[in-house]
Amino acid sequence: MSAPGPRDESPDRLYTVTGGRTRAGDDTPFDLVTLVVTESEPVPGMQSEHRTILRLCRRPTAVVEVAAELGLPVSIVRILLADLLATGRISARHPRTSRHPGTHGLPDPDLLEQVLVGLRNL
Amino acid sequence: MDSATSDPAHGTPTATPSVTGTPGTGTGAPATATDSGTHTGAPDAGPDTGARTGRHARTPLAGTADNGLKIVVVGGFGVGKTTMVRSVSEIRPLNTEETMTRAGEGVDDLTGVGTKTATTVAFDFGRITLDARNVLYLFGAPGQERFWFLWDRLFSGTLGAVVLVDTRRLADSWYAIDRLEHHGTPFIVACNDFGGPVHTEQEIREALDLPEHVPLVECDARDRSSSKYVLITLLEHLQAQALRETRT
Repeated sequence: MSAPGPRDESPDRLYTVTGGRTRAGDDTPFDLVTLVVTESEPVPGMQSEHRTILRLCRRPTAVVEVAAELGLPVSIVRILLADLLATGRISARHPRTSRHPGTHGLPDPDLLEQVLVGLRNL
Repeated sequence: MDSATSDPAHGTPTATPSVTGTPGTGTGAPATATDSGTHTGAPDAGPDTGARTGRHARTPLAGTADNGLKIVVVGGFGVGKTTMVRSVSEIRPLNTEETMTRAGEGVDDLTGVGTKTATTVAFDFGRITLDARNVLYLFGAPGQERFWFLWDRLFSGTLGAVVLVDTRRLADSWYAIDRLEHHGTPFIVACNDFGGPVHTEQEIREALDLPEHVPLVECDARDRSSSKYVLITLLEHLQAQALRETRT
């Protein structure tokens, strides 16, 4: 497995990783805690970052964990994930609390109760 | 625990590293470590933004996990955010970063050559599996100004926030509290016990200009059950707030 790159990535390398794109589309659905799940194994010839993601996400893995593992900024990882989602190689389990991004409506009371129960059981 | 960790933010600016306490070997610890005596017993604040190098054993989530949740711990440098995340996390805290490029103020950037400012914010996070489906991610985030430019991108949809404060440096928390109120993010305040002078709750509330309905608790971020209690307090606050809103 390739080691994560150094933290002080040169902009040139980040540019290369994403094929020159600096941001995912505005409607990018990936939250920091969207759970990513691999749907198909890596194939030869794939970009190494894509291969690493597919290996990491055999079990559900949050976007932010993928970023930490790859040693890449979250925004770059979102672009890589969008590629894999578009080709059906991953699926995404989006958080149910951020249905209305930009608004600050309180979360569902049932969900709050589930979180409390989980915390008390720690 | 890394006993050599020294948080420069804890030292008073006038403190001069002294070698008088060092046996005359001349080869003692680096001078920066000698100020540790000024906060003996303080919670290990740890490096808030230290990159976690080296591989670690990943603990995968259950295949049934399908709902990620966020809680943010905000506070000044060295206040113990990473310590709190670590004390309740099921994984060793990881570190990552986000970068945002902003066009310079007032500059028409259609050409793409205008003045741009790159904002990079590093943050730690840990994880708590709540049940078969729900996974809580706990983020330790710096409270400084540049961080808030990234708040919406990173933390929209967050359940709520814990403002972690050091009662010896209450002013460090003013900006974070102001920004959370601005963003409409529910929060509580937790005072990490650094063994400083004891303040009454009323004194702290006044110093922070904290409304009565915002819970204020004491904690020891190093202690798992104490940190757990802080999170439970936040969730109970969210429930109370939800109840109030449904009544109106």
